[in-house]
Amino acid sequence: MQLYEYTAHELRSLLRSGEVSAAETARALLERIAGTDPQLNAYITVLGDAALEQAGEADRMLKAGDGGALCGVPVGIKDNICIRGVRTTCASRMLENFFPPYDANAIELLRAQGSVFLGKCNMDEFAMGSSTETSYFGTVRNPHDLSRVPGGSSGGSAAAVAAGSAVVAIGSDTGGSIRQPASLCGVVGMKPTYGMVSRYGLIAFASSLDQIGPLARSVRDCAMVLDAIVKGDSRDTTSIMDAQDGFEARLNIDMKGKRVGLPREYFAQGVDEEVRDAVLEAAKTFESMGAVCEECSLPLAEYALVAYYLVSSAEASSNLARYDGVRYGYRAHGAKDHEEMFVRSRSEGFGREVKRRIMLGAYVLSAGYYDAYYKKAQQVRTLIMRDYAALFNKYDFLLTPASPTTAWKEGARIDDPLRMYAADMCTVPVNIAGLPALVLPCGRGEGGLPIGMQIIGPARSDALVLGAGYAYEQAAGGGALRPVDVGGGQG
Amino acid sequence: MERKQVEELAKLAKLEFTPEELDRFAGDMGDILGFVDKLGELDTTGVPPAAHVSGAVNVLREDVPRPSMPREDVLMGAPERDESGFIIPRVI
Repeated sequence: MQLYEYTAHELRSLLRSGEVSAAETARALLERIAGTDPQLNAYITVLGDAALEQAGEADRMLKAGDGGALCGVPVGIKDNICIRGVRTTCASRMLENFFPPYDANAIELLRAQGSVFLGKCNMDEFAMGSSTETSYFGTVRNPHDLSRVPGGSSGGSAAAVAAGSAVVAIGSDTGGSIRQPASLCGVVGMKPTYGMVSRYGLIAFASSLDQIGPLARSVRDCAMVLDAIVKGDSRDTTSIMDAQDGFEARLNIDMKGKRVGLPREYFAQGVDEEVRDAVLEAAKTFESMGAVCEECSLPLAEYALVAYYLVSSAEASSNLARYDGVRYGYRAHGAKDHEEMFVRSRSEGFGREVKRRIMLGAYVLSAGYYDAYYKKAQQVRTLIMRDYAALFNKYDFLLTPASPTTAWKEGARIDDPLRMYAADMCTVPVNIAGLPALVLPCGRGEGGLPIGMQIIGPARSDALVLGAGYAYEQAAGGGALRPVDVGGGQG
Repeated sequence: MERKQVEELAKLAKLEFTPEELDRFAGDMGDILGFVDKLGELDTTGVPPAAHVSGAVNVLREDVPRPSMPREDVLMGAPERDESGFIIPRVI
């Protein structure tokens, strides 16, 4: 087996026993990137020398018995998470030459572990998209079929993990941006409870919804990454200060007697039959482990998508007001006064989808429309949170599809925003309510394309959600997913 | 949505568009607003709006003085600067 094919937990054993070094692991991954990225475009920036330097340090830590579980493990970082001195673009022309003067909290914590940063993963511009086609740096291709999208917005992170050009990756999830691409690329991805991972150093899209999380080729790897990056942080006022890690140690959870809800709205119109069937098959696997699965209802699910687009666009229009060409980021040249500089810098620096969201946000926040749109969306948000709370009185967790379809052809939806937005219908309600959710593969559809299922738990039940995923993974044949061949055919 | 309305909005958002882009946005925005009008079906009388999920209010910390980020770090990404600050086109 090639070094790039190992999972993080397998690498941990190999690195600790001294069977392999962090340096040779990093070299193997960099070679894999060189071999696959011309097809995939999963990385915006590859950190060659810097990664090797970090790997050298990791080898010293390993020798000294220091370092965390991820010491020497190569990680891909979504390009909206700041690494000091490393270009961080958000896949936008606006930040094409932005070199952050500080590390994100998650980056500090990964550094402390001794993990190795391979590079910055491609994404939709400012994380606004469901297909990674809005990147200023070109589209990302799905390793399972290069003519198809990898999902988005963390499409680069998901494609890299699926292809073995990262062992694990860090993404961000505002409405499904970790989970939906994980599903389309056939990997495991998790959005933790809102507040579990500090947003300090994550470039803001919609602050009340944004959350950092892992993508990996096993549930155990996700738990390992979470163990590293979950920590209270006073620099993010929404951080859960008493957040507990120890997820890997708590992976073994007995499914016997667990009550599993299957909200029928998630299996309804708009969800492909092959997806529905695969998730219902997964429910049978849970039943075979002694869980009790039952149909239930989340009646407001269909309104969640609407509320999401209003709330997230409003927050985005406010968050993105900071890009004015003054302190950092793109500045248009030759403006005769500061006003013209603002307008031209923003108009030339942002892409079409970002502008569309800023405009929608400005509209719903403007006088006369605020109550009808923004406030209404926030009220619906309350109702959706109540719906979930009622369900979790009855069920330990919910099981749903992660995406209504498998990966679609590049270009098929890019000119139809509403069809693109519908791609997030399974993932968005979770962000609205701030819940933890894990996505993992549960079968293949037509053309061998991966299908993902989603396990949703109540707030702060991240360990249970991971444990349920782990139990399924073991029961369904167990063990790690291996990287797919990147050739254009089926993986 | 009317094209004129889109122009007004663009002004608020400090964005400018070509005439073709304006037409396209007017169409897109019309579609999107048609989609979001769906929320009107729900009765939300008396339901408190949720700004976020944690329930926390006014998270405060002790006002302890500490060093701020070094000036050179802050100026590192400036499109135009001198030794001590950002330079922008004239304001007055």
